[in-house]
Amino acid sequence: MAEAQQQPRKLPYVAAITDGVREVLKEQDNAFVIGEDVAGAGSVYGYYKGLLEEFGPDRIYDTPISEEGIMGVGVGAAATGCRPIVDLMFMDFIGECMDEIANQLAKMRYMFGGHARLPVTVLTMAGAGASLAAQHSQSLEAWLCHLPGLKVVMPSTPYDAKGLIIAAARDDNPVFVVLNKVSLAMTGEVPEGAYEVPIGQAAVLREGRDYTIVATGRMVHEALKAAEQLAELGLDTEVIDPRTLQPFDTATVVDSVRRTHRVMIVHEAVRHGGIGAEIAATIQEEAFDYLDAPVARVGAPFSPVPFSPALEAHYVPDAERIVAEAKRQLGL
Amino acid sequence: MTRAIADDILLDLHRRMVRIRLFEETAGRLMEDGKIPGALHLYVGQEAVAAGVMVHLSNDDWITSTHRGHGHLIAKGGAFDRMFAELYGKATGYCKGKGGSMHICNMELGMLGANGIVGGGPPIAVGAAFSNRFRKTDRVACTFFGDGASNEGAFHEAANMAGLYKLPVVFVCENNGYGEFTAQSNHQAIVDVADRAAGYGMPGVVVDGMDAIAVYEAAGEAIERARRGEGPTLLECKTYRFFDHVGVRGMGLAYRSDDEVAYWRTRDPIPRLEQQLAEQDILSTEAAMAVHAEVTREVEAGVRFAEESPLPDPSALLEDVYA
Repeated sequence: MAEAQQQPRKLPYVAAITDGVREVLKEQDNAFVIGEDVAGAGSVYGYYKGLLEEFGPDRIYDTPISEEGIMGVGVGAAATGCRPIVDLMFMDFIGECMDEIANQLAKMRYMFGGHARLPVTVLTMAGAGASLAAQHSQSLEAWLCHLPGLKVVMPSTPYDAKGLIIAAARDDNPVFVVLNKVSLAMTGEVPEGAYEVPIGQAAVLREGRDYTIVATGRMVHEALKAAEQLAELGLDTEVIDPRTLQPFDTATVVDSVRRTHRVMIVHEAVRHGGIGAEIAATIQEEAFDYLDAPVARVGAPFSPVPFSPALEAHYVPDAERIVAEAKRQLGL
Repeated sequence: MTRAIADDILLDLHRRMVRIRLFEETAGRLMEDGKIPGALHLYVGQEAVAAGVMVHLSNDDWITSTHRGHGHLIAKGGAFDRMFAELYGKATGYCKGKGGSMHICNMELGMLGANGIVGGGPPIAVGAAFSNRFRKTDRVACTFFGDGASNEGAFHEAANMAGLYKLPVVFVCENNGYGEFTAQSNHQAIVDVADRAAGYGMPGVVVDGMDAIAVYEAAGEAIERARRGEGPTLLECKTYRFFDHVGVRGMGLAYRSDDEVAYWRTRDPIPRLEQQLAEQDILSTEAAMAVHAEVTREVEAGVRFAEESPLPDPSALLEDVYA
């Protein structure tokens, strides 16, 4: 047994989500899960499976397909003393509840002069790569980052998924946990028990002297692959996963750029108007004199997500595109 | 009257209505004079609805309001000094000057805010009702909205969920005949918004919203039903706003006739209640005048407080964005 305990426990991303929610329901009596097909079905991707049996029907609620109503329950319940975990099945459905998010959830505390707390955790599934076409594949995190009052986290690993869900649920502000559907089967170390990945803290996943790649969500893994290839070209590449997009850990990114002098930002969302533009602007404000090359950005092209795998493969950025863009940026 | 109502409740109804009327008339003048910035949507004419519902509620019962929200907060016990200060944009206002007329709130009174979004309230009230049940309290939530808001998807999603879960919430539709500047006949194909209740498995009740006692009785039944755990009710109160959508102008408006306004003025809920109470020897003319005089002094003190209060310091701009 002693030997088994020394082996770090590995879980897939999907089970890490379950584990995170389980810890929240265990530690917070006023937390509950609410959303479409979350109780009986355990969600379309199965990440609530077993929680109905474990916690009972008073802690996890199926709803009609009514995203605005569901988000409204989250707002009203949070303002009156609960800590709801709201499930928004696909991030694309955010349009159905954007008024509740943008005009109520994000602003209520401010409009009320600080006399309200909105501890809502929203779990939502983003990302392309599963041939789910234009309305089930988007990465719309930039929409949320534009709204003062919200926090936005984007776990790239099973460890971060659990730790960020717990941190989000303990936060007294609305926090969106943007999950990635293509990463669900990916395994990684996930400790037992409750732990937090602090909101607002980036992770340096690979240290490097020559080049910085800031990558979000699933693109973190493409950036790590690209870093291997760039190393072969003699470019010692640092890879940073911000993990939280709002509030953004500017210090970690700027410190890195001041050392490496060259930087690229990679996200799966459409490049135009994406969070990468904001990060790039911040870097030039904070580290302009340290830059030896223009800030590069890799993201999806300016088109809806296509259905055909043949097209989608060209839509989602990957390690090859990252390497190609780095070569163009640096004249390698 | 179908049953005897205690004198103190009738007097309470009357005072709440007078408080709304006199606050609103003064607020409107101050806006026209440029002392209150922005836009005010005044509640004058609809007082019987807010008073008739709120008399049944305690501070632990939640309400959500509308862009025409001062009346709801006053009926829930809002203090004039803090309210006028908020309308003036002063640091001493209920929302520290960050919300203004359209977001005025007081959580301690159970008032989850006026709301600048038409239909914004019902989903939040359903959440509050969900919370009441989750936290195992017998508290209820009431959501006020207009005939215009009954066309918003948010209302329908909220009503469906409330009916499905049998939540302790009352949907109070203040049908004042207009969604902003558009007459009801031009914005929906039905006459009674209460008809929509059938689609959500809840009773739909129509009541004369210019009759405080009628509203009081119908609201009482709906609220008691909710408290007993029997689910939501859609209570439609037929009412009228004496002023324009925004501001204090009542007559000479392009979208409604002066004759129509004059007709509804004859149904003014305050003189009507005063006459009823006088006939029953509950409130003499002199006593009613004394209430008006007392509330007038309260208004004057509230305005004075607001005018003497400091403006928010610019350093407050970035406070309260996050907890």
